[in-house]
Amino acid sequence: MIKKYGIEVDCAVCAQKVEDAVKKVEGIKDAKVSFINQTMKIEVDDNANVSALQKEILKVARKVEPDFEILEK
Amino acid sequence: MTKRQKKNLIRICIALVSYLVLLILDKALPNDITGSGIADGANALFNTSYGWLLTLTVFFIVYLYIGYDVLKKAILNIAHGHMLDEAFLMAVATVGAFALGIVTAIRGEDIEGFDEACAVLIFYQVGEWFQGYAVGKSRKSITSLMNIRPDVANVVRENGEIEEVDPDEVTVGDIIEVRPGEKIPLDGIVVDGDTSLDTKALTGESLPRDISKGAEVISGCVNLTSTIRVQVEKAFYDSTVSKILSLVEEASEHKSKAENFITKFARYYTPSVVIAALLLAIIPSIITKDPMTWIYKALNFLVVSCPCALVISIPLSFFAGIGASSKYGILVKGSNYLELFDKANIFVFDKTGTLTKGNFAVTKVVPEDRKEEILKLAAIAERESSHPIARSIVNEYGKAVESKYTLTNIAGSGIKAVNGKDVILCGNEKLMTSEGITFEKEDGIGTIVYVAKNNEYVGSILISDEVKPEAIETIQELNALGCKTIMLTGDNEKIASHVAKTLGLTAYKASLLPQNKVEEVENILKTKDQNDIVCFVGDGINDAPVLMRSDIGIAMGGVGSDAAIEASDIVLMHDNLKGLPLAKKISRKTMRLVYENIAFAIGVKVLIMLVAAIFTIPFMMYISVFGDVGVAVLCILNAMRANSKYKTKIKEIK
Repeated sequence: MIKKYGIEVDCAVCAQKVEDAVKKVEGIKDAKVSFINQTMKIEVDDNANVSALQKEILKVARKVEPDFEILEK
Repeated sequence: MTKRQKKNLIRICIALVSYLVLLILDKALPNDITGSGIADGANALFNTSYGWLLTLTVFFIVYLYIGYDVLKKAILNIAHGHMLDEAFLMAVATVGAFALGIVTAIRGEDIEGFDEACAVLIFYQVGEWFQGYAVGKSRKSITSLMNIRPDVANVVRENGEIEEVDPDEVTVGDIIEVRPGEKIPLDGIVVDGDTSLDTKALTGESLPRDISKGAEVISGCVNLTSTIRVQVEKAFYDSTVSKILSLVEEASEHKSKAENFITKFARYYTPSVVIAALLLAIIPSIITKDPMTWIYKALNFLVVSCPCALVISIPLSFFAGIGASSKYGILVKGSNYLELFDKANIFVFDKTGTLTKGNFAVTKVVPEDRKEEILKLAAIAERESSHPIARSIVNEYGKAVESKYTLTNIAGSGIKAVNGKDVILCGNEKLMTSEGITFEKEDGIGTIVYVAKNNEYVGSILISDEVKPEAIETIQELNALGCKTIMLTGDNEKIASHVAKTLGLTAYKASLLPQNKVEEVENILKTKDQNDIVCFVGDGINDAPVLMRSDIGIAMGGVGSDAAIEASDIVLMHDNLKGLPLAKKISRKTMRLVYENIAFAIGVKVLIMLVAAIFTIPFMMYISVFGDVGVAVLCILNAMRANSKYKTKIKEIK
């Protein structure tokens, strides 16, 4: 299952850092963070607990990029 | 502007004003003793020699105000083990400058560094703010045109009620209602109502398209005149609109060589500069025993060590280029294709539907003065046939056709129409010969239909596939750019050579079966030079294998044809060949901007490092901060030029 989020990320380097960090989160198969589109795409298992994952993503992303924000759809 | 941007802008303004006031005070007040007017003033006022503490404090307050987030980020990053990050480098450089200022003050030398440290951080923030703003703005100008995503779908339930739902939730087979002014949310077939559709956002075609019951409609079109009901044929994720949107959004994921180069470059650039800075701070200091000068020089290195000018502007150039193309109805599926297309120099065209319209039309009637009569007779005979040639005759005649005639099809030769004593013969040479009619043999490119009435020859009609009006110009433009233009066709040698000559193609291959086309393209790919890039241009219907095989597959009029969108690398949403030279222009400009930015950014940074290392210039840090954010801003502005207006006859989608 692929999930897509609107995000707020400040720079291209930051987006890359967030992407690397999110990829390491357990339960995430793949992640793509685009600075230009201000989007994040994650691939997760179909039965994954998305809202828990989202919290985890926010946590690890904020560690590398304190201003990172996931926007409500 | 986002909320945060507004907040930061105000912060920057306040900091900048305070900074300027302090700087003017510091430099305008008499400052003969310490080099700082504020310190001198304080010294005189309080009769001490610690006046520099006041200078330090006031500048440090401004510094903290503008830079607290940078410092926080730097500290956080160190805690997480991320060194060499931009915030960290800026923090080290500015804190270092403050430290130097304190040392000079304690030593009783001229105070230097407080104002500079403050300025570096202010300008850094200005640069950051501007980057965010500029990127946001160009993002908007590009994505707004892709504003084809429908917000809701009005589903007609079985009990007749209409329910507003997310297009995602509509299933295939549902009936949806689309009112005037609304976007068609999903692909489907009209089951009720007639209307006109605005397809501009999808195809760039500015004339509205009239549709009625039974017509297929594509999501993303705007319903103009009246309410229609549509039976949904494809789920939302499968519909044209989502395909196009994801295509555009994903385009930036296919990275070009230039982008990969920058990523790699950034990986080595920053650490190397930091190491150079360290060496510069340590080795000459030991030799010359003048650490102040060399540490100051080294701090300058840290300021220019961020590769952000490149990291942002290069992808932005491609993004802007892809955005500009989509404005003209050209979908480029990735930065890499835009990069490659600049080098494309062999264009292989499919003939029918690409270079020619693919519809047959009457191009000549002989003799000209009996045109009306010839067409009328032919139309009578051909009125029931669905063959494209027959249709083109009936269309050309354009009036109501007499239907009193009994029609007999004579297989392989034509049609005999009989009404009492009147007999019309309409067909090829064979028909005329077998019926014993003396006729004048015509010699034209295309299909010739002879018409005779009551055993008397009347005249002939020449029907051929029309060359697209813009084809000649397009081919000439491509030839002028030094490209090879090759046509592949299943038609016979005579027709092929005629079209090739009319268009000025550099080569052609005739009488090819569909499978031969793949072989031909394989051949071209095999025999080309290493630097040649082969593009195949087709209408995408039967060309999927060739589109995939060639270096760049270009499908024309691709909207609605999934196979074409999937198999090709560039999609011309309209049927206009002019998209090719235009795409070439856009890709050329994009690549020029990319190279300009790479050369400019690296050049300026290296130059600044050399100047900082070799000369001792007062206010060097101001120059260095320009090398960081100034260069980034200029590169971004330059990159955005890829999304400007281009000279072409294709209309911009607005």
